[in-house]
Amino acid sequence: MLYIVIAFLFFSILLYFLLGGADFGAGIIELFTSADNKSRTRKTMYQAMGPIWEANHMWLIIAVVIMFVGFPLIYGAMCTYLHIPLLIMLLGITARGTAFSFRNYDAIKGETTQNFYNHIFVYSSFVTPLFLGIIAGSVVSRQIDIHATTFLSAYIFNWLNWFSVTVGLFTVALSGYLAAVYLIGEADDDNDARRFIRKAWQMNIAAVIFGGFVFFVADLENIQLVHWIFGNPVSLIAVIAASISLALLWLMIYNGKRKIIRIFAAFQVTMVLLSVGYTHFPNLVMVKGGQNLSLLAHHAPETTINDLGLALIIGSFLILPSLFYLYYSFQKKEEII
Amino acid sequence: MNDFIAARSQMAISLGFHIIYSCIGMVMPVFMAVSHYKWIKTGNPVYKNITQAWSKGVAIFFATGAVSGTILSFELGLLWPKFMEHAGPIFGMPFSLEGVAFFIEAIALGFFLYGWNKFNKWFHWCTGIIVGVSGIASGILVVSANSWMNNPSGFDFVNGQYLNIDPIKAMFNGSWFSEALHMTIAAFSATGFAVAGIHALMIYRKRNIVFHTQAFKIAIIFGAVAAIIQPFSGDLSAKNAVKRQPAKLAAMEAYFHTQPYSPIVIGGIPDTASKKVKYGIEIPGLLSFLVNDNFKQEVNGLDKIPTKNQPPIAITHLAFDLMISIGSVMMLVGILYFVALWKKRSWLSKKWFLNLFILSTPFGFIAVEAGWTVTEVGRQPWIIQGIMRTSEAVTPMPGIHYTFYLFTAIYFTLSIAVIFLLSRQIKMVPELYDRKT
Ligand code: HDD
Ligand code: HEM
Ligand code: HEM
Repeated sequence: MLYIVIAFLFFSILLYFLLGGADFGAGIIELFTSADNKSRTRKTMYQAMGPIWEANHMWLIIAVVIMFVGFPLIYGAMCTYLHIPLLIMLLGITARGTAFSFRNYDAIKGETTQNFYNHIFVYSSFVTPLFLGIIAGSVVSRQIDIHATTFLSAYIFNWLNWFSVTVGLFTVALSGYLAAVYLIGEADDDNDARRFIRKAWQMNIAAVIFGGFVFFVADLENIQLVHWIFGNPVSLIAVIAASISLALLWLMIYNGKRKIIRIFAAFQVTMVLLSVGYTHFPNLVMVKGGQNLSLLAHHAPETTINDLGLALIIGSFLILPSLFYLYYSFQKKEEII
Repeated sequence: MNDFIAARSQMAISLGFHIIYSCIGMVMPVFMAVSHYKWIKTGNPVYKNITQAWSKGVAIFFATGAVSGTILSFELGLLWPKFMEHAGPIFGMPFSLEGVAFFIEAIALGFFLYGWNKFNKWFHWCTGIIVGVSGIASGILVVSANSWMNNPSGFDFVNGQYLNIDPIKAMFNGSWFSEALHMTIAAFSATGFAVAGIHALMIYRKRNIVFHTQAFKIAIIFGAVAAIIQPFSGDLSAKNAVKRQPAKLAAMEAYFHTQPYSPIVIGGIPDTASKKVKYGIEIPGLLSFLVNDNFKQEVNGLDKIPTKNQPPIAITHLAFDLMISIGSVMMLVGILYFVALWKKRSWLSKKWFLNLFILSTPFGFIAVEAGWTVTEVGRQPWIIQGIMRTSEAVTPMPGIHYTFYLFTAIYFTLSIAVIFLLSRQIKMVPELYDRKT
C-alpha cells in the first residue's frame, strides 16, 4: 500500500505541474504578450481554462493531504524550513485565483478594475511557479540545514540561493511553454495560432537557456546534478526521450498538427520530473550534512497508510472519469449532444 | 506580539474568514438547485434568473473559499508543524476524504457554471446537486477532524508515543456527530438568513419585487427551519462537552464553584482573580437541569480543574452567550416567518416584517464566529485535548507576527473585494434580469 500512496503522491505532483503549471503559464504568456494582442490572448485563454481551472489546482491539495497524512515528518520539516517560500507561493495562488475569477464575475466590466485584476493575475502567475521551482530546487539540493543556528541560514539561504532560484526560473519557462503549446490547439484562427507558436518557441528557448543555467550553477555550487541525470540509465533515457520528443513536437507544429502536440509537451515535462525523481527516490527531502528524509523510511504507521491508500483508490474512481469528462466536454470544437 | 500569540491569531483569522466562505459554499448550491428545479418544472424565467444570479455570486465565493482553504491546508503545517507530525496520521482520514470531496465539487462546479445550454437540462441540474452534496460532505468531514482535536481517540498515548493508530475510529470519535450536525445546521441558518436579508432589503427598496420575493422565499425557508432546530442540536453539543471537556463547559458558563443546584449565568464579566461573575444574571438549578435533567445534581466547576489547564474564561463565556442569544432570536424570527406564511399572509409585505429580516442579515454569521470561538478557545491550552499543548505545537520560526499582519491585510482586502463585487452584482440585477420578468 505504501507504494500505492507514493505513486499517488508523485502522480498528483506531476499533474499539478502539468495542469496547474499550464494555468500559470497562460498568465505568463499574457504577461509577455504585446498590449495589442493581450485581449485576444485572454479570450482564448478564458475559453480554454474557465471551466477547468479550479479542478487543475486541486492536485496541489491532494498532494498536500497525502504529505501530511502519510509523511508527516517530511511535511513538518518542509513547512518549518521552507516556511517563507511556501508562504510566498500561497500568496501567489491566492492573488491569482481570486483575480482570475473576479475579472470574470465582476458584473460591471470597467476598464480600471479590469486592468487592476489583469495586473494581479499576470504577476502572480509568474511568482507562483517561480517559488514552486525554488522549493523543488531546495529540497533536492541539500540546502536545508536543520542544525543552522542563525535565522538567515535556517530560514532564508536554504531557498534564496543561486541554484534554487535558477530552478525556479526554469519552472517558469516550462510553465509558459506548456501553456503556449496547449493554446496553439485552442486558437480561434490562424493568426492567433501563429502567435502562440511564436510564444511556444520563445518559451522553449527560455527553458533551454535556464536549463543550461541550472547545470552551470549546480557545477559552481558543487551540486552533483550531472551525476544525478547522466549517472543512471533511467534518468539518462528520460532526458534523451524528452529531447527526441521535442524535435518531433516542432516537426508536428510545422505540419499543422495542433492538438496532439500537447501530449508531447506533457511528455517532456514528465520526463524531466522523472529523471530527477528517479535518481533521488525514495528520498524526498535532502538535508545538509547527508541526512535524507525518505518516503520509505519516514512514513506514517501501517494502518494510516492502508486507509489513506484505500481512500485514494476509491476517490480516483470517482474523480478520474468525471475529470476526464470535464476536459472532454469543454474541448474546443467538439459538439456535445 | 510574541510568536505564539501571533500564530494563534493568524490561525484564528484564517479560519474565521474561511468558515464564512465554506458555509456559503455548502448551502448556496442547495438554494440554487431548488430554484433551478422550479425553473425546469414551471418554465417561469424568474427562477432561471435567480439561479443564474446566485451562481455568479457562488463563483466569487467559491474562488475565495478555495484559495483560503488552500492557505489553511498549508497553515496547519506552517504554523503547527509539531501538531501535524503527530496528529496528521491519526486525524488525516477525514482530510483525505475531504480532498476527494473538494475535487468532485470543483469538477461539478465547472460543469454547472459553464454548462448552461450545453447539456441535457437534468444532467446540468444534477451537477448542481453534486456541488451541494460534496460541499456539505466536505464540511462534515473537516468538522470531524476538528472534533477529534476536542475528543482525541483512535490511538493509545503511552509515554509520549502515539501507538495503535486507527484513523477510522479517530474520524468517528464521540464528538463528531454532534459537532457535524450543529455545524451543518449553522451553515444553513446563517446563509439562509444572510441571503434572505439581502433580498428583503431589495424588496423594501421596491427593486425587482418578483425576482427578490421568490429568492427571499427559497432562502428563508431553509434558514428558518434550520434556526428552529439549531438550539436542540446545540443542547446535544453542550451535553457532549460536559462529558468530554468539562473545563470548556465550565468556562462557557463561567461556572467557578462546584455546587448543587448549579446555576446558569447569563452575560456578565467573569473575573478570574475573585472567581466571580460581575453583573451577570444567575438562574439557579438551570445548569444542573440542562446537563443532568434534574435541578439538584451538581455539575463540576472550574475549581475541579488545575489553573494551568483552564481556558480563557471571559472570552469563552461571552462568546457562548452571544451565540445563545443570537440563536434564540433567530429561532423566534424563524417561527414568526412560519406564522406569517400560514396564518398572517398580510405580514409578508409589511415594512416591520421586512425590517426584521434585514436586521437579521448578519446574525447567523456572528453566531458562527462566536460558536467557533467557544470550541477553539474553550479547548485551550490544549491543541489536542489532554494530549498536546498548543504551545508545544507551534513552529520554531521567529517573526510570525509579520505573517500575521500580512494575512490580516490580505483577508481584509479580500473581504472588501468580495463585498464590492457582490454589490455590483446586485446593482446589475435590473439590467441583466429585468427585461423578462
Ligand atoms: C448560526 C450559528 C449558530 C447558532 C444560532 C448556535 N450555534 Fe452553537 N455553534 C455554532 C453555531 C451556532 C458553530 C459555529 O457552528 C459551532 C462551533 C463548532 C461547531 O460544531 O459548531 C458551535 C458550537 C457550539 C458548542 C460547542 C461544542 C463543542 O465545542 O464541543 C455548543 C455547546 C453550542 N454550539 C451550543 C449552542 C446552543 C445551545 C445554541 C442555542 C441557541 C447554539 N449553539 C446556537
Ligand atoms: C477542522 C477544522 C479546524 C481545525 C483543524 C482547527 C485547527 C486549529 C489549530 C491547529 C489552532 C491553533 C491552536 C489553538 O490555538 O487551538 C486553532 C486555533 C484557532 N481556531 Fe481552529 N481549527 C478548526 C476550525 C476552526 C474554525 C472553523 C474556526 C472559526 C472561527 C476556528 C477558530 C480558531 C480560533 C479562534 C483559534 C485560536 C484560539 C485561541 O486564540 O485561543 N477553528 N485551530
Ligand atoms: C469548520 C471548518 C471548515 C468548514 C466547515 C469547511 C468547509 C469547506 C467547504 C464547504 C469548502 C468548499 C468551498 C466552497 O464551496 O466555496 C471548503 C473549501 C476548502 N477548505 Fe474548508 N472548511 C473548514 C476548515 C478547513 C480547514 C481547517 C482546512 C485545512 C486543511 C480546509 C481546507 C479547505 C480547502 C483546501 C478548500 C478548497 C477546496 C476547493 O477548491 O473546493 N478547510 N471548506
